[in-house]
Amino acid sequence: MNIIEKIERAGLVGRGGAEYPTAKKWQDVRLAPGDQKYVICNASEGEIGLFKDIFILENYTEQVVRGMILALEYLETKDAFFNINEKYYHQIESKILKIIDKYNQQGYNIQFFIEEPSYIGGEETALLNAIEGKRTEPRLKPPYPSIEGLYGKPTLINNVETFYNVACVDDNTFSATRFFSISGKIKNPGVYQLPDDITIEKLLKETNNLPDFDFFVQIGGSASGLVLNKEQIKEQKMIGAGGLEVYDKTTPPKDVVLRWLKFYQKESCGKCTPCRVGTYQLYNLVKNNSEIPWSEVFEILETLKETSFCALGKSVEVPITSYYKNVL
Amino acid sequence: MKIWINNKEYEAEPGESVLEVAIRNKINIPHFCYHEDLPVGASCRTCLVEIKDTGKIVTSCTLKAENGLKVSSETEKVKRLRLKNIELLLANHYKNCPKCQQGLFCPVAKEAKEYSASMTKYDNPEKKSEVHNIGGAIEFDPRLCIACNKCVAVCKKLGIGILEMKGKNIDNHATINQDRNIDCIYCGQCTVHCPVGAIREKSEIESVERALNDDNKIVIAQMAPSVRASIGEEFGLPVGTDLTGQIYTAFRKLGFDKVFDVNMGADITTIIEAEELIERIHNNKNLPMFTSCCPAWVKFVEFYHPEIIDNLTTARSPQIHAGAAYKTWWAKKEGIDPKNIVVVSFMPCTSKKYEAHSEKFKVDGLSPVDYVLTTREFATLLRKQSINISNLESSEVDTPGTFSGAGVIFGASGGVMESALRTAYNKMTGKDLNKLEFEEIRGIEGIKKASIKIGEKTLNVAVVSTMKNAKKIIKEMNKYDYIEVMACPGGCIGGGGQPIPTTLRITKKRAKALYSIDSKMKMRKAHENPIVKDFFDNLPDSDREKILYTTYSRKNKFE
Ligand code: SF4
Repeated sequence: MNIIEKIERAGLVGRGGAEYPTAKKWQDVRLAPGDQKYVICNASEGEIGLFKDIFILENYTEQVVRGMILALEYLETKDAFFNINEKYYHQIESKILKIIDKYNQQGYNIQFFIEEPSYIGGEETALLNAIEGKRTEPRLKPPYPSIEGLYGKPTLINNVETFYNVACVDDNTFSATRFFSISGKIKNPGVYQLPDDITIEKLLKETNNLPDFDFFVQIGGSASGLVLNKEQIKEQKMIGAGGLEVYDKTTPPKDVVLRWLKFYQKESCGKCTPCRVGTYQLYNLVKNNSEIPWSEVFEILETLKETSFCALGKSVEVPITSYYKNVL
Repeated sequence: MKIWINNKEYEAEPGESVLEVAIRNKINIPHFCYHEDLPVGASCRTCLVEIKDTGKIVTSCTLKAENGLKVSSETEKVKRLRLKNIELLLANHYKNCPKCQQGLFCPVAKEAKEYSASMTKYDNPEKKSEVHNIGGAIEFDPRLCIACNKCVAVCKKLGIGILEMKGKNIDNHATINQDRNIDCIYCGQCTVHCPVGAIREKSEIESVERALNDDNKIVIAQMAPSVRASIGEEFGLPVGTDLTGQIYTAFRKLGFDKVFDVNMGADITTIIEAEELIERIHNNKNLPMFTSCCPAWVKFVEFYHPEIIDNLTTARSPQIHAGAAYKTWWAKKEGIDPKNIVVVSFMPCTSKKYEAHSEKFKVDGLSPVDYVLTTREFATLLRKQSINISNLESSEVDTPGTFSGAGVIFGASGGVMESALRTAYNKMTGKDLNKLEFEEIRGIEGIKKASIKIGEKTLNVAVVSTMKNAKKIIKEMNKYDYIEVMACPGGCIGGGGQPIPTTLRITKKRAKALYSIDSKMKMRKAHENPIVKDFFDNLPDSDREKILYTTYSRKNKFE
């Protein structure tokens, strides 16, 4: 079986959050016309509540790089970039450089792009702009990176976990698991590798984290993730980038919401109106009122959801709306 | 291909966006970051429509027309979301905008009113940055910037790129690049693309009003060719309406003592430039010769390409020639102390402000031109006096402002060269041209090339607009004898001081108006102008140098 069949059979999907089928993504780039192609490993991980990429990088460095090499081979190219969060780079520098040097001596050309930690820096097209030396802001799509990516060339961008999975698939060691970043008001925070179809409740139980107080959770990531109550987690499985945060239900709503808004208003790239000005206004609206002025908040949230340029702005409403609906 | 917008059927071209179809059919969909000559940025998020089938809300600037597509820009949802984005976009605008405060509402403020958007509902953080003065021609107030990116995009497209968006989140706004190797040329294309007046001409309206109110001053108005074909747009007239006569009347109503015309100066420039061209060809020296009546182009050479300074014609520009003529030849004739003359130019341009304030043009201590107002400032001046130019009777220019058709076409890309060639032909062959029109160098293309036969001699010429094209032509300049360069797309008629919006399509229509004026005139060659003849006849040899010619020097950033 060749690598693409293996990936397809394993049913790999993107682990950066978007869950796009990996085989399809690889094929899109392979079929795209162009003599120069690029592979990019995305180790930006700029969302709060996510830390599984650095865990994988520290523990499975060799596999991640090998996943990239498999992609390079499949696409018949030598050129790759490692888009890495500056903090992470310093943590794994010595280890990963050795491995990459080894491959580069064999004729591969894998370069690091060390980014200032940011949320938008993980958005595929924003990351391309950053590597090209342009402003870190998303591009208009289409064209998609698989057709016109880095320097206008077909480009494959995969998350750290995806490349790790690819290496496992190639070794025939892949089992349907994923990495969970678990955080919040719990006893045993950390990264866990468990079956990918596990329910959230079970996940909490198995990691010995099921709270004995009234709580709610946020899954996917601690900014853009969905908020669920105790009941809802019985059936629900993991989504997005695999984050799970537990919150104490007695936390004042203003504190909960303000944390999200603080993050978003700081991380907005500033390109489009609803996100640039909307997140700023939302933050102030909540901060400067003793009670959250919900109707005004929802007015702006709807505008963000329906009219933002990219997924970052569109996602601001997800935690807040689901918190309001499922918890309050 | 047919699409439906608000339940009405429209024809669409393949590749066209819904917004383009809407604009073409005069359907009002508000948009702040879209400009038809620039890449789509899709950042303001106000040009929203709802797709009938799916209920999805999308920006019409990015939505490609597809046969059978049905959209609406007036559903409750679209209205609600659009309103919110306009309010967010214009947060703080009113508070900081000097024009809004005076009740002089720009198109954006008018749009906000039309959609009943509050400009004060949201408060953005105060940007600490003060108003930047750029070369005395342009000013930039970061507090008004709505981050639409148009100034950045146009500056880059034209080949300069001194503007850039800086800052994340709410801090994102246009800024001036501090790189020492990049400089502004004051062309003002950013100002004609700014929807909110954050980056705008440095206003001289107040100085002009002061002069008009001063009984001791003789205040002269002179307008550039391009203003007559564009000011009408500010008052709702069709693009390309020639208002020459109405403008003269308006000047008189505004209280100007004398009404002259930059076109007369253009005739002087043509003669000087044609003579110099002939001389350089004769001596085979400093060829190709480049035109120099565009101060933005001159600044470009002085900063980026000082090595070709000797190739610029040493002729001064029309407004400077004319201004000095009034303050010497005309003042003497009228027995007026030139110190009491105030010359006000009305130009389609911001770099003309920079030029007018240059020390090097002073004649006997006096600046030939005292103040320069852009076409937009002219409109503001008229509005302040409640003068609607479209209702005015036409009148004539005062005799010292008499001009030829060759002067009029200076406003369009290729016009300076065409005028010079009409006169050079006469001077080189002793004969008059049968056909005055040089079609191959007309039009708004950025680079035009032609070989033109004058008697025995064939001149290789090129006409370019924008610095991007100028860079290309400089690389191959040795192929040519004579090159006209203008900074703005399509020449002065598409200038940075012209009404907003200015697009290539609009520029084309305005240029047509200029060529039409020329074609209807009896006197179409600069050297036939009797006023100019009189000026030269009375010009002492000792004054020629200081009134007619100039020099250039290497410039530093912002110099
Ligand atoms: S939604 Fe708009 S401002 Fe926010 S990150 Fe995306 S492009 Fe930037």
